[in-house]
Parts: sequence; C-alpha cells; structure tokens
Amino acid sequence: MLEYLLSFLILTGATLTFIGSLGLLRLKDFYMRLHGPTKATTLGVGSLLIASALFFSSHNAGISLHEVLITVFLVITAPVSAHLLAKAALHLNLHSFAKMPAKSTKGEDGADDDAMDTQTPEEKSSSSDTHVPRKPV
Amino acid sequence: MLNSVIPIALGLVTAAVAMSFWRLLSGPSMPDRILALDTLYINAIALLMLLGIHLGSALFFEAALLIALMGFIGTVALCKYLLRGDIIE
Amino acid sequence: MARLLPHPILSPTLACLWLLLVNSITPGQIFLGLLLGWMIPLLTLRFWPEAVTIRKPLTLLRYIGLLLIDIIMANFTVARLILGDPDRLKPIFVELPLDLTSDLAISLLANSITLTPGTVSARLSEDRRYLLVHALNEADPDALIATIKRRYERPLQEIFELC
Repeated sequence: MLEYLLSFLILTGATLTFIGSLGLLRLKDFYMRLHGPTKATTLGVGSLLIASALFFSSHNAGISLHEVLITVFLVITAPVSAHLLAKAALHLNLHSFAKMPAKSTKGEDGADDDAMDTQTPEEKSSSSDTHVPRKPV
Repeated sequence: MLNSVIPIALGLVTAAVAMSFWRLLSGPSMPDRILALDTLYINAIALLMLLGIHLGSALFFEAALLIALMGFIGTVALCKYLLRGDIIE
Repeated sequence: MARLLPHPILSPTLACLWLLLVNSITPGQIFLGLLLGWMIPLLTLRFWPEAVTIRKPLTLLRYIGLLLIDIIMANFTVARLILGDPDRLKPIFVELPLDLTSDLAISLLANSITLTPGTVSARLSEDRRYLLVHALNEADPDALIATIKRRYERPLQEIFELC
C-alpha cells in the first residue's frame, strides 16, 4: 500500500518537475517562462521530498521529518526569487507580450514602463545580452 | 514497484535538467539565464532525493539542504546585481 | 518580559526548525532548540524592528489550508497551460490596488499571489499602494483583481491588521 503511495508521489513529482522545465523551454517571453519553474517545479520537488520522508520513515528506525524542512524552505523562497527576477526583468525593460496597465505607476527603481512594448524581440535579444547593469542615479 | 518507478522518474528529472541547461546556454536575456540557473538548483535537489531513495541512503539530505540554501542566496545576489549594479552596499 | 523575549512567535518557530534540522526529539535537543530560539532573536534584534502579532490564529490556519489547496490546484492549471498551445495564451499585466499596509502582510500577499494559479507578483509601486501582477492566461483583469482581493487579501487583513 505504502509502495503505491510512494510510487504515485515520485511519479507526480518527477512529471511536475519535467513540466516546469518544459515551460522554461516552450513559452515565449520571460514573464511567461517565470510561471513554469515557480509553480510546477516547486510542487514537484515538494512531493518528491515528501516521498523521501515517507520512505525513510518506513525503512529506518524512527520517523524522518527533516525533508519537510527543504519543502517549507522551497515554498517560502520560490516566490521571493520569482518576484526579484520579475523586478529585474522590468528594470531591464525586457520585451513582453502582455500589455502594461494604462494607469501604470512608476516602480521603486523608477524604470520607464512605457518603453516596455516598443522594443522588438530582436533588439532585445541583442541589447539585453550585452547589457551592463548600471547604478541608479 | 518502486524499483521500476525510480528509473522513470530519474529519466524525467534528467530531461528537465537538460531543458533548463539549454535555456541557461541560449538565454536570450540575463534574467532568463538566472531563472534557468534557479531551476537547475531545484532540479538538482530532485535528482539528489531520487538517488537517496534509490540507494537507501539518508546522507544526501544535507547536500540537498545546502543546495537549496545556496541556490536561493545565489539567485537573490544575481538579481540584486541586475537591479543595482553592485551586490554589497 | 518584552525585553527578555522580544519575539514570542519567532522563538518557538526557531526551536521547531532546530528539531527538524537535527531530526531527533531527545530532551537535550529540545533544550538546545529552546535555547537557540531564545538567543537568536535577542542577538538579531536589530533586524526585526517590529514584533509580529497574529490577531486571529484560527483564520491563519484556515488561510494556510486554503493556500495549500490552491497551490496544488495552481500546479495542475499551470501544467495544463504549459502543455497546451503556447500561442493561444493571453498573458496580461494587472495592477492590483492594495488595502494592506504592513510590510509582513504585503509580502505574504505577494508570495500567495505567486504561488497560486497563473499569477506572479512582479513589482510593488513606490508608494506601496499598487502591486503589479503578471497573469499567464487571463481574459478578464477585473475578475482576477476581485478574486485575489476576496480570497487572499481579506483574510490577511483580518489576521494581521484589523483589531
């Protein structure tokens, strides 16, 4: 019985991890790619870790809960790094297929949001690759 | 049952690693590469946990914890670099 | 009392984290965990200027439960979107007006938004009144704002801000 549960958790986890990276490969702009790893991969690894906790609790003496620690840590940190990445991308004015809202306010770093949609992907890929981060004035 | 599932899972996670690595190499922008690196850390944790179950050894836990910690700090530091141009105030 | 135990919630959390980390529950480890949970907040007092107060613990528990269910649902939603045709997705930026004022509540809301279906929080405006949210596939921005406000913002406001 436990073995079926473990197999299910492991397969779900591995599939979700795979789908998260597939999103990284398939989706078209950076902001869309951000969705794959932050959600699918986090839950995928979470269920793998829970499977590992169950496995070691049943096979060794005593319960093994410290995998929960990594799960909790990942669930807390994944949104934080996603938020920072999105902020960095907005700061660099990366091309996006999504429209900015009309009444857009300036962000914390004072980046110009209006320039968002004027860059073509070709321009962006050539310019942002060699982009040297500058200090805010 | 478990012995037949783990190789499949290992294959899926390895494919995930390969796809993240491709995104890391091809970019096209810096945030894309950082995101791919972050995904690679998480995929590495998944691989380590699978190997731990496969080999029945709990020793991989510490490595996975360290990768989780260092991966997060690395992502934050790289994003800060993109946002501000320096890391340490 | 307040000077000896500045963060009554952080201390037991740290003790539990220590017990999870060493993966054993012996009296010695529990004592060491409690000691660490008492010492670390004292030594790092300058990083935590304001103490966290939870006004409604039951609402917090219900919120965590709701969030866990939503995270699992979100994953299958996003997985389906990724496996579908990428050209059919309609990504959109939405500006969410915030009613929350405290730092902790805003960061928890931003984290909840990122972990739940098809949305990533991207930027907080300088005056802390708007949160820029990127949705992966959303036709109706107003409905999205209404959902986020009802599902996540109101419970957080009850937990951390209203008396």
